Amino acid sequence: MDAILQQFFNIEIMAKAMPLVLKGLGMTLLICAVVIPLGALGGLAAALGSVSHNRLIRWSAIAFVDLFRALPPLVLLIFIYAGLPFAGIRLSPFAAVTLGFFLNNSAYFAEIFRAGLLSVPVGQTEAARSTGMTATQTLIWVTLPQAVRNVLPDLLSNVVEIVKLTSLASVVSLGEMLHAAGLVRSLTYNASPLVLAGGIYLLLLWPLIRLISHFERRIAS
Amino acid sequence: MDVFLDQFLNPEVLAKYAPLILKGAGVTVVLSLLVVLAGICLGALLACLRAYRINLVSFLIVIYADVFRALPPLVLILLVFFGLPNIGIVLSSFTVLFIVLTLVLAAFAEEIVWAGITSIPNGQWEAARSTGLGFTQALAYVVLPQAVRMVIPPLTNRAIAITKMTALGMVIGVPDILGQATTAQSFSANASPLTLAAVAYVVLFLPFVIASRWLEARFARPGS
Amino acid sequence: METVSNRAGTPSTATLSLRALHKSFGTFPVLNGIDLHVQRSEMVFVLGPSGSGKSTMLRCCNRLEEPDSGAIWVEGDLLTGPGVDLNKMRQRIGMVFQSFNLYPHLTALGNVTLALRRVLKMPRAEAEAEAMAALKSVGLSDRARHTPAQLSGGQQQRVAIARALALKPTVMLFDEPTSALDPELVGDVLDVMREVKEQGMTMLVVSHEMQFAREAADRVVFMDGGSIIEQGPPDRFFAAPEQERTRAFLSRMRG
Repeated sequence: MDAILQQFFNIEIMAKAMPLVLKGLGMTLLICAVVIPLGALGGLAAALGSVSHNRLIRWSAIAFVDLFRALPPLVLLIFIYAGLPFAGIRLSPFAAVTLGFFLNNSAYFAEIFRAGLLSVPVGQTEAARSTGMTATQTLIWVTLPQAVRNVLPDLLSNVVEIVKLTSLASVVSLGEMLHAAGLVRSLTYNASPLVLAGGIYLLLLWPLIRLISHFERRIAS
Repeated sequence: MDVFLDQFLNPEVLAKYAPLILKGAGVTVVLSLLVVLAGICLGALLACLRAYRINLVSFLIVIYADVFRALPPLVLILLVFFGLPNIGIVLSSFTVLFIVLTLVLAAFAEEIVWAGITSIPNGQWEAARSTGLGFTQALAYVVLPQAVRMVIPPLTNRAIAITKMTALGMVIGVPDILGQATTAQSFSANASPLTLAAVAYVVLFLPFVIASRWLEARFARPGS
Repeated sequence: METVSNRAGTPSTATLSLRALHKSFGTFPVLNGIDLHVQRSEMVFVLGPSGSGKSTMLRCCNRLEEPDSGAIWVEGDLLTGPGVDLNKMRQRIGMVFQSFNLYPHLTALGNVTLALRRVLKMPRAEAEAEAMAALKSVGLSDRARHTPAQLSGGQQQRVAIARALALKPTVMLFDEPTSALDPELVGDVLDVMREVKEQGMTMLVVSHEMQFAREAADRVVFMDGGSIIEQGPPDRFFAAPEQERTRAFLSRMRG
């Protein structure tokens, strides 16, 4: 019991790790702030493509989505970070993470937005168009708000997944929270910094997870 | 173009390391199957346990599910892989990856199956109990078969997402596809093994992604 | 515009004109050459069995369905054909749907103001004043802040009528406006439609409300198999239909 406390919940080591881990948290939040809006926009574009009447656009969008849903994000990230330099494209860890997560998140956001768009009855579009609204106006003011409302729990749980995903950035030595915690662990040979990082993830994401469960129950009833 | 072929699709490098990556694919497949099997069974079992509505048991299950849904799998993997040896428990990297991913999938599966169980109208329980079925019988013969329909699409999606995480094994040295490919890449000083790895993952997972799209279209989504 | 309408045939003086309208779904013909002219302030009522093409004809009148051939004019302006600013034309053609199609994420007021603000680019205050006037004319000014889910079916349909009215259209299309309603709510909607007619609106109505057609319509049109079989003033149409198919339909509807 003492050993577990000593090895996993060592307050002294956690206190020592705290400044570095908090700095890492800043990077984690920065990645999220860049990657979530980018992924949502890319996903929306791909979703609109996947419900397009143009066959070429539709199939390209679906192929894009399926390809990046089949490829593990870490494989993508390592390919970009360690593979592309062989083609003379050398990206900084941050740029590599942004590009990799953008492609990965877009695919997941696209599937959610697509389901949302398909859940809005066609009569809504007809009503809007019959009042003289353009296709774009109809999308912005009528279809999209309803689509987002219908898939809000899925959108939120995708945001949770993205926050968790940022931990992969540690593999390409981007100094986010897990990277910072791992660094202190390797210096102290003690797992407490990892527990500390885990605790912060929990603090960050638990409210969101409860909120999602709440929404899902409300929709089910 | 030539440079590109030489660096990303170099036939010599591909031929040399293809067997290694194929071996890695074997590890990925075995690990994935074990995780899906164990994770879904454990998750469904927990969801059924929760249906008995024993306060303390339900509370513990919810805490478990929340924690394992909130923590990044990579944090758990590092914690178990580097933490346990310090208290005298030494596990292989393969075992660590299997345990962590199973626990993560089980947490999600528990929530999905539980949502399926609660979506079945109370009248179904009452009808079953009124014919003399016990609680467990009503759950097994009436409620679960109906819940399965709603549960399959989200469960498939989640199972794919988590089996893809077997690639995280590379970080602790599991010789799966990505692990073999990164090793090969550093030996060969050539990106072709990474290309091969990406292709291997797409070949392995694309059929499941397409199948999940088909399932999603076939079974109506709850709540929309 | 003038040359285009000349090429397609000269429009009549009618407010809404349909000429030689054809439409098929795949190989199945739904409209076999419809000619129809609705005069200013006239209420034309379209009857016919399901599958007769009446809804398709109505939906062609604001090009929610595209006719394969033929032409449609609104006040002498061609609606069909290349180069037509469809969104501009649609402001002049109000449409009321069987399933209301109110926007569930907006209040009654929001439903009415949306096109005023986004299409006519009215400032918010002006749009809301216009919308309140429209809601008042359908007797729902006290429901402006309610969402569709908080309204009865009859109230929803009246909001939908206000949404179309607020754009001050030249002509209004009604696609079975009462067939999704509980019987006791039908009367309110018909009362509103009667009121709209008394304000001088030009109306083309597809509906099964025979009694209402008898009382309020200026002309009744009977369609079957994608063609207009006969038409006339309601008194004559219901008392002495000329065609066998019309008689058969009317006797079936009377049970």
